[in-house]
Amino acid sequence: MERIAIVGVGQTKYEARKRGEIFYDMVYEVTDKAMKDAGFTLGDIDNVITVSNDFWDGRTISCMAVQEVAGAHDKNVSTVEGDGSFGAFYGAMRVLGGFGTTLVVAHSKGSEGDSKVITNAMFDPIYHRPLGLDAISSSALQANVYMERSGVTEEEFAHVSVKNHANAKNNPYAQLPMELTVDDVMRSKRIADPLRLLDCSPVSDGAAAIIIANEERAGKALKPPIWIKGVAHCSDAYFLGDRDLGDPRSLRDASQRAYAMAGVSDPLHEIDIVELYDAFSYMEPLWLEGMGFCDAGQGGKMVERGITTVDGELPVNPSGGVLSAHPVLVAGLARIIEVTLQLRSEASARQIDGAKTGLAHGINGPCGQSHCVWILGKE
Amino acid sequence: MTGESKEIELLTNDSGTLSMPYEWSIGKYGSLFFKYLREKRRFLGIRCPRCGKVMVPPRRICGPCFQDLGEKDIVELSDTGTIMAFSVVNYPFIDPATGLKRPIPYTYGYINIDGSDNIFSHVINGTDETKIKVGMKVRAVFREKMEGNIQDIKYFEIIR
Repeated sequence: MERIAIVGVGQTKYEARKRGEIFYDMVYEVTDKAMKDAGFTLGDIDNVITVSNDFWDGRTISCMAVQEVAGAHDKNVSTVEGDGSFGAFYGAMRVLGGFGTTLVVAHSKGSEGDSKVITNAMFDPIYHRPLGLDAISSSALQANVYMERSGVTEEEFAHVSVKNHANAKNNPYAQLPMELTVDDVMRSKRIADPLRLLDCSPVSDGAAAIIIANEERAGKALKPPIWIKGVAHCSDAYFLGDRDLGDPRSLRDASQRAYAMAGVSDPLHEIDIVELYDAFSYMEPLWLEGMGFCDAGQGGKMVERGITTVDGELPVNPSGGVLSAHPVLVAGLARIIEVTLQLRSEASARQIDGAKTGLAHGINGPCGQSHCVWILGKE
Repeated sequence: MTGESKEIELLTNDSGTLSMPYEWSIGKYGSLFFKYLREKRRFLGIRCPRCGKVMVPPRRICGPCFQDLGEKDIVELSDTGTIMAFSVVNYPFIDPATGLKRPIPYTYGYINIDGSDNIFSHVINGTDETKIKVGMKVRAVFREKMEGNIQDIKYFEIIR
């Protein structure tokens, strides 16, 4: 693959309710931040990808309402309705396809709609919506399948919540920095068995943007480029019942393809930091298994043994992860940005010393129907 | 305006409760499924001639094989199955179709219908998670007046 890189990033602070900023303001804020971060001006942006969802925005063709604040006036602008990591994938393809630079910007305000109604609407209207399935209850089923299959425990899930909320204390963009104990998580309100309140990510408002450039244009950016060494995505069946919810096949496939592209043969030893999409606590160990950091069924042990803490062998979500801020669509792009900051040694209090290679991950569709895996590197 | 205002009162706009109505087509295979459920109180599945797997509800293609499936591939199944996973839900759900609130708690079941190779999602009529076990057998209970939709199945009851 031709060398392409991330050269600019920008995030809003993630908050429960941004009353002062509308979509337009948020997209402008992060577009401007990403351009300044890269040392670019509007003329340096060759094309734009916006990421939004009509149900979350409460308006059809939601992408069109933010094009000018995305710096897309009079430009080639295209859109992705899905997680920002997939928007970034499209952005990378456009750079490989001949554009010198692509700006990718994602926004969402979970606070303005009803997340239960909106996530219920992702299911089939004939067979599943009338049952009331939504993001939380379908994930509860997945957590149950995973526990039944591998013997992973609710306490091991609780460890993820404790770790990630504590990590969030070092991230000024996070919404829910918290000092918790496993007991606090285990005693929090039962939402949908086995998920408790503190196993679930919050509803969040926020936006994020990145700029991807080819090698020539990356050389003109202000900061050292963070290279895209490998990237892949893969999708599983839509109906939950057509999938084995305890076996993230599509993640395994995407990871293996991304590793092959990046020349990674031993992920646990070659990758220094992971930012993954932990919308619920159980997802962290399940996704770690899918990524091949441990054998199937060993993800819970990996978390409990402290391997994934900021001082561990493989720090996972030093930002606090999605459990600490969950702007839907934006969250995967935020993972890419967090890894970029780590590899630039710009992650301030959450910096993992000496991080050279990182993995960023996003999901789309119920229970991780599809996964997008990014391997980023300093060199 | 006289210079910068100290604090702007931030306003919001409420959409009201207007709904966006749709009339979704159930399609040929789904219509056969619901009609059979109404008349025979049995599930229909569809067998892929390539991989041999039976999927419920029946659909036009087998995704993994990309194999076109026809009416000849439809098979009759029973009204029983096995619990593969479940979740007791403790937050309210308002059915978008009826506007009615379902009493909590209620239990989702991830059910393997006997004779099929995939899993059917529905509700189980028990909310004590200590009494429900993966592997238990369940049977579909139907409502009195069947209308040809998924709510014709009231729930699955545990038979053993």
